[in-house]
Amino acid sequence: MSAPLLWIFLPLSIGAASLLIRRERSLSMIGGVSAAMLSVLAFVIPIDEALSIGSFSFKLAGSVIILGRSLTLQPAHGSLLAILYGLAAMWFFGAQTLGLARRLVPMGLAILALLVAAIAVRPFLFASVFIEIAVLLSVPMLVAPFQKPGRGILRYVAFQTIAVPLILFAGWLLSGVETSPGDVELTAAATAILALGFAFLLAIFPLYTWIPMLTEEAHPYLVGFLLWVLPQTTALFAIGFLDRYPFLRLSADLMTLLRDAGLLMAVTAGLWAAFQRHLGRLMAYAAIAETGFLLIALGLGTSEGIQLAFMQIIPRGLGLTVWALSLSVIQARAASPRFVDVQGAARALPIASAGIALAHLSAAGLPLLAGFPIRMALLESLSRESIGLAIWLLVGLLGLMTGAVRTLAVIVLPSEKWDQRETYFQAILIGLGVLALFILGLFPQAANFLTTDLPALFQNLGQ
Amino acid sequence: MTLIPYIVLALLLVTSVGLLLSRDWRWSLGLLAAQYLGMFYLITLHWPFSLASVKLVTGWMASATIGVTRLGMSENEAEQEESSWPRGRLFRLFAAAIVIVLVVATTPKVETLIPGISRPVIAGALTLAGMGILLLGLTADPLRITLGLLTLLAGFEILYATVETSILLAGLLSIVNLGLALVGAYLMTAAPEEEPEEDILA
Repeated sequence: MSAPLLWIFLPLSIGAASLLIRRERSLSMIGGVSAAMLSVLAFVIPIDEALSIGSFSFKLAGSVIILGRSLTLQPAHGSLLAILYGLAAMWFFGAQTLGLARRLVPMGLAILALLVAAIAVRPFLFASVFIEIAVLLSVPMLVAPFQKPGRGILRYVAFQTIAVPLILFAGWLLSGVETSPGDVELTAAATAILALGFAFLLAIFPLYTWIPMLTEEAHPYLVGFLLWVLPQTTALFAIGFLDRYPFLRLSADLMTLLRDAGLLMAVTAGLWAAFQRHLGRLMAYAAIAETGFLLIALGLGTSEGIQLAFMQIIPRGLGLTVWALSLSVIQARAASPRFVDVQGAARALPIASAGIALAHLSAAGLPLLAGFPIRMALLESLSRESIGLAIWLLVGLLGLMTGAVRTLAVIVLPSEKWDQRETYFQAILIGLGVLALFILGLFPQAANFLTTDLPALFQNLGQ
Repeated sequence: MTLIPYIVLALLLVTSVGLLLSRDWRWSLGLLAAQYLGMFYLITLHWPFSLASVKLVTGWMASATIGVTRLGMSENEAEQEESSWPRGRLFRLFAAAIVIVLVVATTPKVETLIPGISRPVIAGALTLAGMGILLLGLTADPLRITLGLLTLLAGFEILYATVETSILLAGLLSIVNLGLALVGAYLMTAAPEEEPEEDILA
């Protein structure tokens, strides 16, 4: 038995097999339970190390060879797999309450497995192709068979596909730079092509236009799943480049570029969010800002920055889950997720409304919520470099906060039109998510046992 | 012998510019299939015949997938014009000329960057990649976007085949090409067709 078989091929097979199941509840249970079990196994079973239980000894091999290349999972991947599959289980359980399990579970499991394959593949450059296959698989999930495709989905597919050749080619050029490090022209060309590739892949300013479009065109829960899982894996892929090539890691210009791009994303997304009147687009801009925060953390160029990037994984995933679930619950009972149609939602759907407001406030860094400790640490690190940059980050956060306050003001308005409440299962799931947001806000170290090992994934950056 | 790559380059130029100008989907798919033939020849200059043929088979399968899907759709859907995009043939020809000038200017630069590759291979790859991007920039139609992405990838694959011979990557890129064709076909048919009148009456 090997780790890639367990965390890549098994979920891929379960995803494929679940295409044959029609019942929502069964599908949700299969997806949720299998993801939860994979999460627990990732936490319990060490990869590539002997595990002894009494007289029984067992070792889960870390590698599997396919067509001359390998899929390799290291011991440090255990925590990451536990987080990814654990959060995925929440998404799959939540899908049943919205009647989306048939669209989310089969494709979601396959996408997750492919993204884990992207993390595991050696040479790591091939990850971009696995990410692209995951992107292509997400299309039938996002666009229902009866739905006319909008420009957002077309742009999403186009941008993610354009990234593949750029990154593969840049990777090849970078290997040339390794052999002749003095070639400035080659280094500049490779870095520029790589940066362009990741700008497409990570939807960096101004290439993020498809995200708000997509939240209007597709179901917010499904877009939310994608916005959680895709940038997370892509960011790990990007960190892999920084870790692998010292001239990238040590380039002050590249770090400045990363930091400024992140700031630009956080500020523009925050400012757009402040003026939005569509709950889905607000979630989209918050997700864009989160990617910006991730880039800022990486752009710090320190081990503290890397730690901060990893610390964001759980609050981001949790926040998006609560947000997307709450938004979907409200949207299912409203004509549209526009402000004019969701007035007074809090009077009939108090838990979902609280979920949407608190997830939004957490993304904006409100004290006591999960996002706060990371935003504080980020502000502190940034202010050590430049007070001006920290102020720009505050502007972005203020924009997000304004969006949250406007949402709150709209959903608590008096209204008579609401006659349906959340189901008990929806209320329990959102309630648990909100509770977790508070726990992570009050005790940020509560999740440390999952994130402290993660920098070890990267030999050089993690030092 | 040395003339053949240049003939193939001319073929790729004709097919990619044709894809840009053509408004009939049958012509477009024919040009795409011919484009894969040219791509196949250029790749055989660096890869074994058997491995290079994977690219040809994949490309033709992708063309067939789109063709079969398009064949099952009514002509009315094909006539949905995109009013917001420049449609004039002259404009497109002019844009294609700019791409060709850029290719001519860039080819020697790439030649120094990747030594040991013949000029027609680089020019062919850059032409397809450039025309693919141009096609993407001039449309919001799922069929044309798919053709643009396939053309872009074909250009890249010609160039990348000269530096990477991994079977796994060849397989993965084939999956991407077929996946793109399937996604394109799915998006083309995602919007429901109106039921024919006789069905409603029945």
